[in-house]
Amino acid sequence: MNFPLENSGMLIVLVAGFFFGYFLEVSGLGSPRKLTAQFTLRDWSVFKVMFVAIVVAAAGLWLFDVLGWLRFDALKIQTTFYLAMAIGGALLGTGMAIGGYCPGTSVVGLFTGRLDALVFIIGMLIGTALFAANFDSLQGIYLAAQGPKGQTLAALTGLPIWLILLLLAGLAAAGFRLGAWLETRRGGVISASELAE
Amino acid sequence: MNNRQPQDFWPPLTAGIGLGLALMGMFLFTGHGLGANGFFTHLTVWLGDAANPVWAEANAYFNPYLAKDHLFNEWISWEIAGVAIGALVGSLTTRRFQWKIERGPRTGVAARLALALGGGVLTGFGAPLARGCTSGLGLSGGATLAVAAFVFLIAFFAAGLLLSALTRRLWQ
Repeated sequence: MNFPLENSGMLIVLVAGFFFGYFLEVSGLGSPRKLTAQFTLRDWSVFKVMFVAIVVAAAGLWLFDVLGWLRFDALKIQTTFYLAMAIGGALLGTGMAIGGYCPGTSVVGLFTGRLDALVFIIGMLIGTALFAANFDSLQGIYLAAQGPKGQTLAALTGLPIWLILLLLAGLAAAGFRLGAWLETRRGGVISASELAE
Repeated sequence: MNNRQPQDFWPPLTAGIGLGLALMGMFLFTGHGLGANGFFTHLTVWLGDAANPVWAEANAYFNPYLAKDHLFNEWISWEIAGVAIGALVGSLTTRRFQWKIERGPRTGVAARLALALGGGVLTGFGAPLARGCTSGLGLSGGATLAVAAFVFLIAFFAAGLLLSALTRRLWQ
């Protein structure tokens, strides 16, 4: 730690983090029972919250770009590494189905009093140490099947951004309908009082 | 008795809009999105360096991190501190904060903790491999419409759906 921080941006980041944690908590995504109920299709909160957030943020950033207040391509856009990202994504899906959290929700879990989240976090530290210890032999997978630098869905498909946004919003709406239909058939969304029992 | 009950969660639409605006704000101020796993990577490097500096220095994955700032000067540490405070405020103001080991009705404490550890190990291995997690790659990448985010999210949900055929008994 070095004071002065000479970087008041840290305060902005702290505030953004606060709202990140707050909105995850109020939607129940600190609960491993609620998180894993997405995978049994009983409770679609994970899909709904994530997809709405993606569409809102993407539409907002696009609007700023259209107005000339922001250059969309000045933002950090990850480059695709198809193999490593597919395997890594599958490992996180497996980790959540078994362990009940992902990295962000484990912090919310811990700070809502869930001690299993602390054990999950210790597991993550071990997993990352294992990854680092095997980094040399993982190079083939880590660097395989690299896509174009910072490629977006618009660049991949050649469609305009507004149309991509409309398609994603349509997908979100379809997910809400399908989710509501399945939720009533599989025991209903998990409420806060059910978790407190 | 009734006011001892926790308040129920927000509707996903409302919470999703709030989260989307927070994510957009983060991009507008910093040029990048919200993350989570980066903090645990920094923490692992920091602990590894404290435990065995020679090994950490020689490790090809850890080495570039050692040249960076102290853990507390990384933006991701401040963000995670914010996440922790946000989760505390959200749960303490609604009677949802509760010390517990959350598990399914048919899962014992020891089994739950062993599975939490195992799931954590897979996650800690998978996130640096994917170069991000559900937040940093899935959510934040999704907001920039990055192909990478959707490759990650499809694999994430597909694996979770398949695995839940085996794991659903742990939770329900």
